[in-house]
Amino acid sequence: MAVKRQSVVLGVLLAPVTLFLGVFFLLPLCIIALFSLLTPGLYGGVEWSFYHWNYGRIFGWADGINEIFEPIYLQILWRSLSFAALTVVLTLILCYPVAFWVSRLNDRWRLVFLFLITLPFFCSLIVRLYAWLLILKPTGLLNTILLWTGLISEPLEILYTPAAVVLGMVYVMIPFMFLPLYAAVDNLDRAQVEASMDLGANRIQTFLKVILPQTLPGILGGAVIVFIPSVGNFVVPDVLGGAKGLMIGNLVEQQFLSSRNWPFGSALSMIIMGVVLTVLMVSVTRARKVSGHA
Amino acid sequence: MSALLEIRDARRTFVTPEGGRLAALDGVSLDVSANEFVTLLGPSGCGKTTLLRAISGFETLDSGTMRLGGADLTGLPPFRRPVNTVFQSYALFGHMTVARNVGYALEVAGVAKAAREAEVAEALEKVGLAGLGARKPGQLSGGQRQRVALARAIIAKPQLLLLDEPLSALDRNLRQQMQLELKTLQHSLGIAFIFVTHDQEEALTMSDRIVVMRAGQIEQIGTPRDIYRHPKNRFVAEFIGETNLMPVTIDRVDGSEALARTAEGVELRLPASGRKPGEQVTAVLRPADFTLGASGIPATVSRAVYLGSDLYVFVQPKAGGPELRVIARDTAGVEAGATVHLSHDPARVHVLEAA
Ligand SMILES: Nc1ncnc2c1ncn2[C@@H]1O[C@H](COP(=O)(O)OP(=O)(O)OP(=O)(O)O)[C@@H](O)[C@H]1O
Ligand SMILES: [Mg+2]
Repeated sequence: MAVKRQSVVLGVLLAPVTLFLGVFFLLPLCIIALFSLLTPGLYGGVEWSFYHWNYGRIFGWADGINEIFEPIYLQILWRSLSFAALTVVLTLILCYPVAFWVSRLNDRWRLVFLFLITLPFFCSLIVRLYAWLLILKPTGLLNTILLWTGLISEPLEILYTPAAVVLGMVYVMIPFMFLPLYAAVDNLDRAQVEASMDLGANRIQTFLKVILPQTLPGILGGAVIVFIPSVGNFVVPDVLGGAKGLMIGNLVEQQFLSSRNWPFGSALSMIIMGVVLTVLMVSVTRARKVSGHA
Repeated sequence: MSALLEIRDARRTFVTPEGGRLAALDGVSLDVSANEFVTLLGPSGCGKTTLLRAISGFETLDSGTMRLGGADLTGLPPFRRPVNTVFQSYALFGHMTVARNVGYALEVAGVAKAAREAEVAEALEKVGLAGLGARKPGQLSGGQRQRVALARAIIAKPQLLLLDEPLSALDRNLRQQMQLELKTLQHSLGIAFIFVTHDQEEALTMSDRIVVMRAGQIEQIGTPRDIYRHPKNRFVAEFIGETNLMPVTIDRVDGSEALARTAEGVELRLPASGRKPGEQVTAVLRPADFTLGASGIPATVSRAVYLGSDLYVFVQPKAGGPELRVIARDTAGVEAGATVHLSHDPARVHVLEAA
C-alpha cells in the first residue's frame, strides 16, 4: 500500500519532466526519423510517400536517374569523426596536466582559475570565433608577429584549412573537457597514489596503474561531452573552415536551410546519431575493460 | 649487533597555514632492531605520522639521518625503500580486485604471473582471506579490508613494516582479535614492525618496546613494563594507564622505607633509596597498587563502578586532597558513602624526582 502510494507520488512529480522531454525531445526525434524515409518536396517540406534514396545517397548508392555514385558524404562524415576525435585528444592532452596543477593551487587561486575557465561562456561563440579569424588571417595577429620576429618570410595559410577548424574546436571545447577532468583529478585519492609508490611502483607505473584508472571516469566524461558536439559542429567550420573544412553539420544545415531537402538532412542526422552512439559505446566499453574498471 | 633502523636527531618543521612554524619532529633519535615490535604512542599531533612518513620517504627531513640496514635513506624515493606501509585509511586500490591489490608489489617488480598468483594465494591464506581474491575492496567488510591492506604490505617481504593506526577503524572485539593476529604474524614473518597507536592498552599488550612521544620529541623509550611501572615523568605516567599522582614531602627515612606525607597529611610509604627528609617528590601509584582493607589511609567511597570480578572505586581520603582511583576485588559493602582503608606495598610505589 505504502509502496504503491510512493510510486503514485513519484509519478506525479515526474510527470512534468516526462511531458517536457516527450514533447520537446522525443517527438522531434520521431519526426526526423519519419522524414528521413519520405520523399523530398520540390520546394522544401516532404511528400508523404516512402523514399529510400535519402539513405542510399549517403552510402554512395545512386538512384540511377538523378544521382551517380558519390562517396563524398561518407568522406565528410569520416572527416567530421576524425576532427572530433582529434579535438578530444588535443583537449585531453592540454587539460589533463593543467587539472593536476589547478587541484594543487590554494583555495583562492583555484577559484580564480575555475572562474577564468568558465569566462568564455559569458561571451557569444560567434564573436569569439571571429576573434580567431582576426588572429589567423594572413594579415592577422599571428602572422604579423611571426613575420616580425623573422620566423617565417611569408604569411602562413592557416585560415580556411582543416587545421583552423580543429584549432577552433579545441578552443571552444576546452572548458567542456577541463571541468569533468578537474572533478576527477580533484577527487583522486592521494593515499592510493602513496600506497602505490610505497609498494615499489615508480612514478610512471603509479600513473598508469593508479592515477589513470582512477581519473578515467573524468577522461571518459570529458571525451563524450567534447566528442558529441564536435561531430555535429557547424559554427566553427562555417567561420574558420574553407571547402576542405566542411563538416557533416554544415551539410545538415545546408539541407534544411539552402538546399531545402529536409528528408536528406534528416537521414544525415539519423546517421550521425547512429555513428556517434556506436563509436561512444564501443570506445567507452573498451576503455573500461582495458583499465580494469569493467 | 647494529640496529636495522637508525634514526639520528631527525627534525622536520612545517609552516602552518596560519603562518606559524611547527616542529613536528624535534630531534628524534630511535633505533629499531630486526624482528622488533616497536609502538609509537602519543597524543594527537605529536608527530607519529610524520615520523612514519619520513621513514617511508613521503616526508623529507630538514636535518638528521636515517639508515636502514646500514644504508643511508636520504634522498631515496619511497619506491626504492625496502619498507612497506599499512595505511590508516587502508588506501586499497578500488579499481582492482583483492588479488591484484595484494599482488601489486610483485606486479610492479615484474614478477611473472604464475609465481605472483601463488604468492598472492599464500598471503591471502596468511591473513585469513583465502578465496576472496576475486572480490573488489568495496565488497569487503572493514576487518577484511584491513587484512587486505596487511597482506598487500607484507607480500614483498619488506625489512620493516610501518603501520599507522591500522586498527583504529575496527570495533573492539575485532580489534583485540587483530592485535593477537598481528603479533603472531610479526613473529612468524620475522619482520620489524613500527606500529602507531593512540591506544595505550594496545601499545602495552603488543609491543616489545614503546616509544612515548610528545610535541615532536621522544619522552621515553622502554618495554611496556618499564614504561608502565617506571615512567620518567608526569606526562608519561599520566598518558600510560590510569594513575594516581601524589606530590609528597619525605618525612623520615626508616631503613629501606621512607615515610612521606601529602600537603593534606595523607601518609605514604615509599622505597627509601637515597631519599632525604624534607625532599619533595611525586609518588606514582597505579589503581591496582592500593588494597582495600582494615588498616591504612582512611577514605570515603565517592563512587564504585562494577567491572566484573573487580571494582573500580573512586575514594576521597578523609584528610583531604584529590580523589584517588583504586581497582579492588569486588567485595560487599564497598559502595558510595562507605568508609574504607587503603594500604599499599611500598616497593610498588614509583617515585618521580620533581614534586
Ligand atoms: N603537511 C603539513 N603541513 C603543516 N603541518 C603539518 C603537516 N603535516 C603535519 N603537520 C602538523 O605536524 C604535527 C604532527 O602531525 P602528525 O600527523 O605527525 O601527528 P600524529 O602524531 O600522527 O597525530 P594523530 O595521532 O592525530 O594522527 C601536527 O601538529 C600537524 O598539524
Ligand atoms: Mg597520525
